Amino acid sequence: MATTENLDSKELIDPGPDRILGTGHDYETVTDRIAGIVYLPWKRSPRKWLVGAFISFVFVNLLMLATGLLFFKGIGIWGVNIPIGWGFAIVNFVWWIGIGHAGTLISAILFLLKQDWRTSINRFSEAMTLFAVACAGMFPILHLGRPWLAYWLFPYPNSMWLWPQPRSPLEWDVFAVSTYGTISLVFWYCGLIPDFASMRDNAPHLWQRKIYGIFSLGWRGSAIHWHRYQKAYLLLAGLATPLVLSVHTVVSFDFAISIIPGWHTTIFPPYFVAGAIYSGFAMVLTLIIPLRAWYNMRDLITLRHIDAAAKLMLGTGLIVAYGYSMEAFFSWYSGDKYESFMYWNRVTGPYGVCYALLILCNIALPQLLWFRQVRHNVLVVWLLSLVINCGMWLERFEIVVTSLHRDFLPSSWGMYIPTKWDWATYTGTLGFFLFLIFLFVRMLPSISIFEVREVVHHDRYMERAYEEKL
Amino acid sequence: MREELQLSELPEIHGAMAEFDTPEELLEACERAYSAGFRSMDAYAPMPVTGLAEAIGYKRNKVGLCVLIAGICGAIGGFSLLEWITVVAYPHNVGGRPLNSWPQYIPITFECMVLLAGLTALFSMLAMNGLPQPYHPVFNVPEFERASIDKFFLCIESSDPKFSVNETTDFLRDLGAKEVTIVPA
Repeated sequence: MATTENLDSKELIDPGPDRILGTGHDYETVTDRIAGIVYLPWKRSPRKWLVGAFISFVFVNLLMLATGLLFFKGIGIWGVNIPIGWGFAIVNFVWWIGIGHAGTLISAILFLLKQDWRTSINRFSEAMTLFAVACAGMFPILHLGRPWLAYWLFPYPNSMWLWPQPRSPLEWDVFAVSTYGTISLVFWYCGLIPDFASMRDNAPHLWQRKIYGIFSLGWRGSAIHWHRYQKAYLLLAGLATPLVLSVHTVVSFDFAISIIPGWHTTIFPPYFVAGAIYSGFAMVLTLIIPLRAWYNMRDLITLRHIDAAAKLMLGTGLIVAYGYSMEAFFSWYSGDKYESFMYWNRVTGPYGVCYALLILCNIALPQLLWFRQVRHNVLVVWLLSLVINCGMWLERFEIVVTSLHRDFLPSSWGMYIPTKWDWATYTGTLGFFLFLIFLFVRMLPSISIFEVREVVHHDRYMERAYEEKL
Repeated sequence: MREELQLSELPEIHGAMAEFDTPEELLEACERAYSAGFRSMDAYAPMPVTGLAEAIGYKRNKVGLCVLIAGICGAIGGFSLLEWITVVAYPHNVGGRPLNSWPQYIPITFECMVLLAGLTALFSMLAMNGLPQPYHPVFNVPEFERASIDKFFLCIESSDPKFSVNETTDFLRDLGAKEVTIVPA
């Protein structure tokens, strides 16, 4: 079993044209490298991992405190009021679910498009999806006021003979988000089965072999099993692709189906989906750049991956910019005075600073990604990913709060000021998310081993073809 | 373990297993074994190898059909549930809309379709593969540990009418196998 010390620690490796991984890998080294991270004894975890996991665990406790108090006292501890009934809970719900979407995009859509480079980051992004959906799902339930009655959202035969309202986008959300969470889990586990088998066969301790063995379900790599497996995986990718588009479309319907100025627009579904993928890629980069440095995986997650993710971020960012400009255009072109007031208020009103920051973070700064030097500077890409994460959060804040805080009648105008418990819940879910990510990289192979073996095979083939050409 | 095996234990033999280094070698060996008339065999690889299942005579993959049926059932089931709720079980006038306002049931219908089809993709694949399976004879071969890491195996099973320990072992050696092992059942 190889450890991570004796490896090439050259800062940036561009694998060159037609290659995905760094040089010198075969089937065994990729297995040892990826699984080796999991086998590393806990005592020898990188110090940065320990510090990061500890800090995020502190925030998990903060989350428990905040939700405990919420259950005890009710949502009065939050800053929500009338007219701003949605506040942080829905801002964070939309933000988190959006982050999840890049994971599905990487694992499903790029799979269907045969983008081989996805193999180094798809497992990790799928995990990110799952944890982000867990954080997202928490918010609407916490926001219910009586969260212990959340099961009322599902249609089940009950003694009161009451049924949920299937004409409401909020009910569509229940189905969309729960299906999305389930299918993401299925997709993730399906991808893990062959890797569990690898780890069952080469883990250093018997107890590890037993645990991974149970989860591998007795996978033995039979050709016929692979054939069915690939078919199932392809179909799951094919199902997950429209699913991911539908989920954020339904989330945008929560707004667009209403008659609130600033929400009631047809641009919302595509604009939300693009924004989701935009923020999701930002989160992938935010997490993967430190991870590849800590665990010395620069030759598995190469500069090519970062470059491609940055380009996708730039592309989806431009769609988001188009969404913003259309929003502005239609508020004028509709001739509706509530619409145009809403937009004017959004830019110059009490939350105008947020709007300016949003344009800076989501539109202005990401334009740096046009430059190759910027995309190849890992630190700058990482900082930009943080900026975009903030920008996308501000976007959701803008959409939820500025549309609500100026009601149709000035007598019903209000302001929304998040309380410390709003912040505690939000930062708590951030901690929860990061803590799960930290545990994930230590307990499961964070790169799909069997798919990287296919890439090794592909790279060898390309190498031979190249030599023959010479 | 292999030393203990004698020819007298023939009925307890699962098959003869050949080890290869590359997917190309395995694929070629499978094709030659199939054309030599062997039918009861399986190939093992640490990653999917294009054409391997077809080379050992596998033809019909029914995962797609199962997923299609499940998807249709999910869609019909989801839509009928909503129709039943709004028209039969709990008719309720919402803003003067008709009871059967079916366009608004499409999102949930779609989600139910994806949910059932997706779960079926995983579980039908596992069921047809016979997984989870706690015991399988191939794991008796110590080298088989590498089948999930970097080695490629072809196992001709003793259930094949053409199987005979010595001849099949020689045949596998002729295919260029690095090593040939008898697999105890």
